Amino acid sequence: MAAIIEATDLVVSRGGREVVRVPRIDIEEGETLALLGPNGAGKSSLVFALASLLPASGELRFRGEVVRDHVAYRRRIAVAFQRPLLLDRSVLDNVALGLELRGVPRPERERRAHEALTRIGVGSLGRRPAWALSGGEAQRVSIARSLAVRPEVLFLDEPFGGLDAPTRESAIADLGNAVRVDGLTTVLVTHDRDEALSLAEHVAVLIDGRVRQADRAEVVFATPADPDVAAFVGVENILPARVASSDDELTHLEVGRHLLEVTASAPPGEEFPLVGIPPDDVVIARVAPATSARNTFDGRILRVEPIGRRVRVVLDCGFPLVAHVTHRSARELGLRAGDDVVASFKATVPHLLPRHRRN
Amino acid sequence: MDLIVQGLGEAASRLVSLDPDVREATSAALVVSGIATMLSVVTGVPAGAWLGLSSFPGRKFLLSIVNTGMGLPPVVVGLFVAVLVWRSGPFGALDWYCTRQAMVAAQYLLAAPTVVGLTAIAIQSIDPMLRLQLSALGATRLQTLGILVREARLPILTAAMAGFGAVISEIGASLMVGCNIKGDTRILTTAIALDTSKGEFGSAFALAFILLLLVFAVNAVTTWAQQRRRPL
Repeated sequence: MAAIIEATDLVVSRGGREVVRVPRIDIEEGETLALLGPNGAGKSSLVFALASLLPASGELRFRGEVVRDHVAYRRRIAVAFQRPLLLDRSVLDNVALGLELRGVPRPERERRAHEALTRIGVGSLGRRPAWALSGGEAQRVSIARSLAVRPEVLFLDEPFGGLDAPTRESAIADLGNAVRVDGLTTVLVTHDRDEALSLAEHVAVLIDGRVRQADRAEVVFATPADPDVAAFVGVENILPARVASSDDELTHLEVGRHLLEVTASAPPGEEFPLVGIPPDDVVIARVAPATSARNTFDGRILRVEPIGRRVRVVLDCGFPLVAHVTHRSARELGLRAGDDVVASFKATVPHLLPRHRRN
Repeated sequence: MDLIVQGLGEAASRLVSLDPDVREATSAALVVSGIATMLSVVTGVPAGAWLGLSSFPGRKFLLSIVNTGMGLPPVVVGLFVAVLVWRSGPFGALDWYCTRQAMVAAQYLLAAPTVVGLTAIAIQSIDPMLRLQLSALGATRLQTLGILVREARLPILTAAMAGFGAVISEIGASLMVGCNIKGDTRILTTAIALDTSKGEFGSAFALAFILLLLVFAVNAVTTWAQQRRRPL
């Protein structure tokens, strides 16, 4: 795939403070890239800079050409913001606005606006005044407005942030379909890992204005590059370890007084790596199970906390370990604080991280 | 009390019979204030929009001058315009003293700062992110300005109404530069003042009723504009 957007030495400053510094970022044609990061990481600033909406130093290229005519460039892309930002007009006129600015005749722009509304699941709203829409409807209309101009790149700045869970899920599904059907190059800003996973093939994790890791989504989530990325992508168990020994198949790690067996190799020259264990991959049982899992530890439950569709179980196994289980499992096992249980995970689960972040 | 009752009765009969004096003063007031307001909208809305959107050194100073202009005493404006159009003044050659043109000029100076100032506030109160959204949709600066003015059309209508409301009710400037000539520069306010001084309360009440009706209409439009709902 060829890069449709290439940005080099991109630096964005706000109020005299540098908020983004990215030596290089490429957006490949047809890919969906999620810019993932905590609040205040500089995700929106990076997207605004890539969309030429914010002054930034560095070089921005679109299809190999340096962007000089910013209005012309913006007419080949589209941006949907966190808030719908609709005008006091009918829904159809709002969706057709980008086409109106491009001088598209009214019948053609109304046809395309209606088509965009239909694709995003709100085809019946066209004649309604914008002020009469609910939050979810307004956000869909805003996305339809971006799709109506048939952009070559679509930037989405946390467009589902203010929506309730069911509305959000259905909006994500509709957007996913619309993007996939056209193979539209999409850059999605989000701090929601599930949203990133459901829409994007590639993920770039932005922390403190720097891209810490950019790769295929499953690679970033399975093998985070550093402890900050690991913590952000949901690897709650990040434990200091020492490499005790290693052979062709397994690395043996000392964690506290315990020995862990993992298939991952320690970063070169790293005797004291961090070991990351995704809590979804930790299995809890009442008695030690006879399984192929290489790592099994007795532990005591410290806390049991419901978190959305899952239950977070915090264990003391001689080292702290967090497991995520379903509500049904927690109920059937009768998990309560103070209970003695057995925790296990396979040797293929842990990921080894360098102790100090590499810049 | 008899005086009031008698005055109100006469006012009613003058209104019903479409008294020529009342008609002339009303029509002169509407023409002069209407043209002055229209001119202040045509020039003041772009100026206010520009002030609301721009950032340059001295902008705040300019805004404070505009805000001061919103509170200009009509007699000061009357004095200023009278000096300008006086036979030996800088615009004496126009021969505008004691004409409707001079009244329009004076009322324009009274209405324009209100329109400029309130338009600037209306444009400034639009979500700054909307400007970014318009840029993202590929709008040029001129297109952005046009859309924002259209988006702020109701507050701008309020600004125009405030300008009209200020000039239709003023007396000082119009009296000083228009000279209150019957059938020409005599408007509602100057006619009310004259009739009152002569003790012709019936005529004064009739004119006052029309003036109140106009002020009420202006406020009704303004209230409607202020109560409209906005999209998310």
